[in-house]
Amino acid sequence: MRVFLCVLGRDITLAMRRRTDVLTTLFFFIIVVSLFPLGVGTEKQTLKILGPGVVWVAALLASMLALERLFAADYEDGTLEQMLLSTQPPAVLVLAKVTAHWLLTGLPLVIIAPLVGLQYQLPGNAQWIMMVSLLVGTPVLSLIGAIGAALTLGLRGGGILLSLLILPLYIPVLVYGAGAVTVSMIDLADTQPYLSLLGAFLLLALTLSPLATGAALRIALE
Amino acid sequence: MKIHWFRYSSPATFYDLAGRLIPWFAALALVLTLAGLYWGFFETPDRLGGTNPQKEYYRIIFLHVPAAWLSMWLYLVLAAWSAVGLIFNTRLSYMMAVATAPSGAIFTFIALWTGSFWGRTSWGTWWDWDPRLTSELILLFLYIGYMALHSAIDDTRRADRSAALLALVGLICVPIIFWSINCPDPNQCAALHQRSGLDRVDPNILWAMLVTTLGLWSYSFAAIFARVRGVILSREADTQWVRDLVATEAAP
Amino acid sequence: MSAFFSQGGYAFFVWSSYAVGLALLVAEVLLLRRERRTILQRLGRLARLRNPPPSSAPAATSAASRPASPSLDVASPDVGGK
Repeated sequence: MRVFLCVLGRDITLAMRRRTDVLTTLFFFIIVVSLFPLGVGTEKQTLKILGPGVVWVAALLASMLALERLFAADYEDGTLEQMLLSTQPPAVLVLAKVTAHWLLTGLPLVIIAPLVGLQYQLPGNAQWIMMVSLLVGTPVLSLIGAIGAALTLGLRGGGILLSLLILPLYIPVLVYGAGAVTVSMIDLADTQPYLSLLGAFLLLALTLSPLATGAALRIALE
Repeated sequence: MKIHWFRYSSPATFYDLAGRLIPWFAALALVLTLAGLYWGFFETPDRLGGTNPQKEYYRIIFLHVPAAWLSMWLYLVLAAWSAVGLIFNTRLSYMMAVATAPSGAIFTFIALWTGSFWGRTSWGTWWDWDPRLTSELILLFLYIGYMALHSAIDDTRRADRSAALLALVGLICVPIIFWSINCPDPNQCAALHQRSGLDRVDPNILWAMLVTTLGLWSYSFAAIFARVRGVILSREADTQWVRDLVATEAAP
Repeated sequence: MSAFFSQGGYAFFVWSSYAVGLALLVAEVLLLRRERRTILQRLGRLARLRNPPPSSAPAATSAASRPASPSLDVASPDVGGK
């Protein structure tokens, strides 16, 4: 537990020193979300239908952008190797780094969500559901993304390759996350199975992803 | 007689075995596929029958369904060889995985293309986000991801193992992905198979489909064995047996 | 027979599906054959570079003076480097 907090604190401190990185991700999300109405038309009904999907896709892309930095900096200066050589199980280290990543990229999205909801004319209930779905879903994105980041560590063309590998795996989260918000606009009670599924994904990802990421890191650092 | 189970896990011996098996599989593939197609085109009624009103164009089924089944089967094979490679650390399993991927991708593409044409005639549109076609599209992405990751890494050992891990992660995600596409609304998810009206269909059709599937399956053996022989030659280039082989076979 | 070709008027769809399928499978076979030929040629060149055949001494010197290594000529998916 101490190790977890230690790595978590370290990652957040380092990220805070380069605050622009964190903010860039957030602004990317905001810009993408703002671009769609300009392209598709600003009619209220269209926006309401598009809103959930667009917000979720933008969240996927923003989360993915930040993933390259998850391990890259530590890999380049050798810290990652040292971390893996230590007696701590790699899963703990991975979990700590992923938590830091989520706190810095996923959580801001959750907080910004109501503003975006306003842009897309989403009713009050839908806004809440959007926040909840993002709250449960973005950690899953970070966890799955970590596997991809570990696999593509240090490769040239890493960013695009990472997207290619990870986006198919993101699909279930996208389907149910956006679906939850869409359904909430029709009948709030119907969102419960969606959120349960997202919760199930979160649990599954929490158990399996650190193991897979640890294995991928070992392979990459041999 | 003692069976040496691991005799063929050496690239050298497997190279020979594969070489001898390829002609048989190729012949079998040709015979079965042609037989299946003949059966499908000439011995079947002109309508799909049963509850399904489809006309002659349903005959695309004899290529589409086998291709789709093979695309999924070959992904399982890919994941299996990846698992064997990661667990037992055998070179040949990685080579088989690398050889399987392109064949799987080609079948996936064929399934998508024929599915699209079939859709155009029966639904009226080239692409409809039908759960099964969409799943095939995702499967294509998974294959391409595997091949892209493998070719992006220069170190062969790291490439093999990373791609193998990716294949296994993909395998775990595949049921979830397919299910989420099939069932985007969990509130009303009774029917998981939304368009399978294949009951009460003329058995000739099903048999022809099965025979064509066996034929294409045989073809996949032949193609993958041929590809893996190439991979073996490239990777084992520094060994004596390859040098001897090259000396005898390669005409200057 | 003409019924076979016209497939109830859906000839375009049925036959182009099969044509594309066949084309891809045939292309796969041809690519595999070409790949094998390329690998054998490349390995042959490498072998001759390392051990020039004794009868062709002038060829040996010219082979030795060839600047680039053959492995750069042909793109191959799996040159087991390490």
